[in-house]
Amino acid sequence: MTQFVQQLVNGTVLGATYGLIALGYTMVYGIIQLINFAHGEIFMVGAFAGLSVWKYALPDSLAHNGWVALPLVLVGAMLASVITAVVMERFAYRPLRHAPRLAPLITAIGVSIFLQEAMRLNYPNGRRQQAFPRLISSGTFTAGGVTIPWVSVFVVVTAVGLMIALQTFVRRSKTGKAMRATSQDPDTARLMGIDTDRIIVITFILGAALAGVAGVMQGMRFAQIDFRIGFIAGLKAFTAAVLGGIGNIAGAVLGGFLLGIVEALATQYVPQGSAWKDVWAFVVLILVLVFRPQGLLHERVART
Amino acid sequence: MLHARARVLRAVAVGAVLALVLAACGSSKKESSGGSSNKIVKIGFIAPISGDLSALGLGMKNSVDLAIKQANAKNKVKGWTIQLAAEDDTAKADVGAQAATKLSSDAAVVGVVGTLNSSVAQQVTPILDTAHIVQISPANTNDTLTRGENFKTSPARPHPNYFRVATLDSLQGAFAADYVYKTAGIKSAATINDKKTYGQGLTEQFTKQFTADGGKITDAETINPGDKDFGAVLSKIKPTNPGMIFYGGEYPEASLISSQAKTAGLKVPLMGGDGIYDKTYISVAGAAGEGDLATSVGAPAESLDTAKQFITDYSAAKYTDAFSAYGALSYDAANIIIDAIAKTIGGKSVTLNDQVRQDIIKAVQATDRQGATGSLKFDAYGDTLSKVLTVYKVESGAWKSVKVGEFGK
Repeated sequence: MTQFVQQLVNGTVLGATYGLIALGYTMVYGIIQLINFAHGEIFMVGAFAGLSVWKYALPDSLAHNGWVALPLVLVGAMLASVITAVVMERFAYRPLRHAPRLAPLITAIGVSIFLQEAMRLNYPNGRRQQAFPRLISSGTFTAGGVTIPWVSVFVVVTAVGLMIALQTFVRRSKTGKAMRATSQDPDTARLMGIDTDRIIVITFILGAALAGVAGVMQGMRFAQIDFRIGFIAGLKAFTAAVLGGIGNIAGAVLGGFLLGIVEALATQYVPQGSAWKDVWAFVVLILVLVFRPQGLLHERVART
Repeated sequence: MLHARARVLRAVAVGAVLALVLAACGSSKKESSGGSSNKIVKIGFIAPISGDLSALGLGMKNSVDLAIKQANAKNKVKGWTIQLAAEDDTAKADVGAQAATKLSSDAAVVGVVGTLNSSVAQQVTPILDTAHIVQISPANTNDTLTRGENFKTSPARPHPNYFRVATLDSLQGAFAADYVYKTAGIKSAATINDKKTYGQGLTEQFTKQFTADGGKITDAETINPGDKDFGAVLSKIKPTNPGMIFYGGEYPEASLISSQAKTAGLKVPLMGGDGIYDKTYISVAGAAGEGDLATSVGAPAESLDTAKQFITDYSAAKYTDAFSAYGALSYDAANIIIDAIAKTIGGKSVTLNDQVRQDIIKAVQATDRQGATGSLKFDAYGDTLSKVLTVYKVESGAWKSVKVGEFGK
């Protein structure tokens, strides 16, 4: 039983990161039906920016004070992710807004490779793994035989908090309403006086900010990052988004947690599970797509 | 307005393309060779010089580069200038195969130093063999590479062009097991490996010797190279209470497993083979890495009198990357090839044809010299006769050698 709960906890922490990145995929898809494969790299850029803030911008006296360093690292990561996403949207995707759908998709893959290589070549010692600071206590606590690192608590609480905030924003705010309108029918939305280009940029900004936070979280959890972390994380998050029903905010979160938990439980209960955990994750995806092709919760951002 | 915008975009796009082209030209600039009358002979190099394992690969590349520069400066091969043709295999077998194909299509390439990974060598060696290009690996440890699939019962050399200056997994894994059981007094272990040729082979050899010694394997798990989160697999291992974790694989995963194990409350040392013996392991694992163990091939370069000249020369050459675990061995491998080239074509004006390449392979087989890592000689399988191994331990943030010796002695 303890083992089961322990694996559930492991899966939840894993799933929180997947979910946070998946939100960026799902929102952009909900608004412009683009699968932004470069989103994983936005996450990677966030992680590197957070590291740079800590390494180069913070004086030593502040760098070891988690209460000061962590918010600054997070802000730096979000800022860099957002700027990257806005530039990417402006120059890679907007000119292709009315092109056939395959064109922006391939562009997205190109942007993804560009960002990876740019980081590898230009970041000091970028081809190596970079040690990432823990920022908060690297300790753990035990509850009923289950060991939980404090970093994991931070990851899950922050992720869930951000997910709720995003959902509230899309549902309640005026901009959120405009987002939903754009998602439902961009042409009519524009006729109603909504600046759809601006709404699309805002969507990219929101997704990127979340990815930036996820990047820092990944760094803190594993104490290291490298230029390729975006690829696998992006793939898993994309799977999570599809699992939940792409375009659906709650679906991305649900998909993320489900994927993380399936991976953890497969490791425990299936022979050779740790090597095959990705297989089981994708088996779940295939089963869901066979029986519920629209994903677990299928609604567009329109109706959240 | 729209037109103006389109024009601006186009200008930006053209600018970007130009910048890329210029960058490409800039990076492909070759060093000019010394004597212009000299003919060109090339030594190829295949190892990961980008990606996770680049710390090891770059140390190897620089060491080969150093050997070649010294040979050219001393005009070791009369009438010829040696050039380095370095290829990046990104630690992947298919990329390595492409690199090998590229090198074997270049008539000037007569030898190759590499690879780092045994799994890559499995693809690379047959390609180089077809072209009769001698290959010396400073790092491959998998037994099958020199002794074939049935290396335990009926060893047979699959490729006459393949040599290595690294010691075999069967010795390394067993050496590790003996150290752990007899010297460190650890009687139980959980094993994890990454399913690659090297990791799996090493783990099998460790397990065999460890259980033969009387040790108990509490759990055997496998993971995927590239994974970051090992929480689940470590949670599974933890209740089996192993005295240590033996990991067959390389440092990117090993450092994460070590730090995550300690976080999960599994406070036992992690031990690996030469694949985790690198500074990056310590910098990434941080304090969690203290007390972790690794075996590596050869004696520590710093302790050998013969290696001192190499270390001095390497630091004088001011490479940005450390020579790492295989630097001295790579330097030796390159020098063996250089000697063979000098013996075969030095002072002669010949075409580099298959006959010359075959002769170079023969010359390598007959090698008998002192190198940075000690005596260099090959047996009938192409394996080094030196069987020295070292156990290293992480102590206050650095690898310290705790036992140097040969298996069974």
